[in-house]
Amino acid sequence: MGETVALLGPNGAGKSTTIDMMLGLLAPDDGTASLFGRSPADAVAAGAVGAMLQTGSLIRDLSVRELISMIGSLYPQPLAVDEVLELTGASEFASQRTQKLSGGQTQRVRSAVALVSNPQLLVLDEPTVAMDVEGRNAFWRTMREFATRGKTIVFATHYLEEADTYADRAVLMAHGRIVADGPTNEIKAMVGTRTIRATLPGVELDALAGLAGVSSVDRRGEAVVLTCADSDRAIRALLDAYPSARDIEIIAAGLEEAFLTLTADDAQASPERAPATEARR
Amino acid sequence: MIGLTYIRYELLRTLRNRRFFVLSLGFPLVLYFLIAGASKGVHSIGGTGISAPLYFMAGLASFGTMSAMLSSGGRIATERAAGWNRQLRISPLPPRTYFRAKVITSYMMALLSVAALYGAGAALGVSLSAREWLEMTGLLLVGLIPFAALGIALGHVLTPDSIGAAMGGGVSLLAFLGGTWFPLGNHGFLHDVGQYLPSYWLVQASHVALGGSAWPGKAWLVMAVWTVVLSSLALRAYRRDTGRV
Repeated sequence: MGETVALLGPNGAGKSTTIDMMLGLLAPDDGTASLFGRSPADAVAAGAVGAMLQTGSLIRDLSVRELISMIGSLYPQPLAVDEVLELTGASEFASQRTQKLSGGQTQRVRSAVALVSNPQLLVLDEPTVAMDVEGRNAFWRTMREFATRGKTIVFATHYLEEADTYADRAVLMAHGRIVADGPTNEIKAMVGTRTIRATLPGVELDALAGLAGVSSVDRRGEAVVLTCADSDRAIRALLDAYPSARDIEIIAAGLEEAFLTLTADDAQASPERAPATEARR
Repeated sequence: MIGLTYIRYELLRTLRNRRFFVLSLGFPLVLYFLIAGASKGVHSIGGTGISAPLYFMAGLASFGTMSAMLSSGGRIATERAAGWNRQLRISPLPPRTYFRAKVITSYMMALLSVAALYGAGAALGVSLSAREWLEMTGLLLVGLIPFAALGIALGHVLTPDSIGAAMGGGVSLLAFLGGTWFPLGNHGFLHDVGQYLPSYWLVQASHVALGGSAWPGKAWLVMAVWTVVLSSLALRAYRRDTGRV
């Protein structure tokens, strides 16, 4: 089973730029990009890399099967067309013209275009952005199946859940830099802070800060805001100690906020004090 | 050869686009019958010594084939907008094969256009010897090389919503200055400008009917210069065009 790596970061972090450089579509301003010990262009020319780019539709006037055959013919060791159609769930509409496909079907064919190349490294740039929940699940089932063949998959995403569920390893990017790199559960613990907000007048902040699972506290009028490393433990402790707490909200910190926290660490050198603002997701 | 399947599907794709097909073949035909039909009996148009049906047959063939060659630009622009160009670039498809496929497809459309116009010309009484038909066709095909490059260059620079206007206007202007609609005469401003355009020499292919060679050395030189300039522009446009559209 090959490794599946998530390139995780908020919009504008540099994920797509990194991927474009990895694929030889963009030259680095400084330094070099290399893939399998050679230039990205050479790796691409050798058919060692395949990719599904962020945006893209299909060219018209070919059937799905013809389109997949056309792309497959460019690679040294393509998968069999029938196998790819099966794998991506595109068999039922294989003889349809590409311009007549629904949005979901188009996404399946786009995955098929990437898979037929049968590369050592498959790069996916925010592959599920245009998919609905069902399409997303089907897509990741397909990719898992592909990874069991010993292939490496690198995908860019700004969904922490997606990285957590489907990747073995996550590389965190912010402002064009890598801010963390490790197994997904570690990364998740690092950025997956939650905030508990509750109306609780007249309570001592220091007492709240001592509760299990709470890493920092703050007051907003009558409400208190608890930034938690473990919100499950924190909420139990909070309700045990203060049964009168009401209007309770538990909010997952968005990646943007988590990244702000992570990147602010350098400047403030005090991670505990970094405020967790309200999440948008 | 790795590109064969790819080229075959590119051809198939073009043949299947029926609307494009009918319009690009039909439009020059209609124009031909309108213009040449009206002057069918003219034996020497504008003092050229060439009959009107023959002159306009070459004239409209140049118009039709220029459009056919440049239409690859429209297809490229659409493919770029769909992100397909980037998809191809991350495949082992060599640029050489990519260009070859585009040029072969354009030439296929151009040849169909030429065949249709020859049929129409014959219907209006154009009669040439086999050698003359072949020579004229050969000159037309050579004369289209710069346009193949121009189509690719435009396709990689323009967007689908601007390329229609650019191509329509460009072909009309080149056809006008090339003498598609009327002979430009042997002197004067239009003649002087036309001489340096590949479209002029396309239309001049009709001079095969006068015996001797239809293209003087100057014609070959003009074609060669345009080919070199436009090919390098096309290559440059293709190389630079790696970003998102």
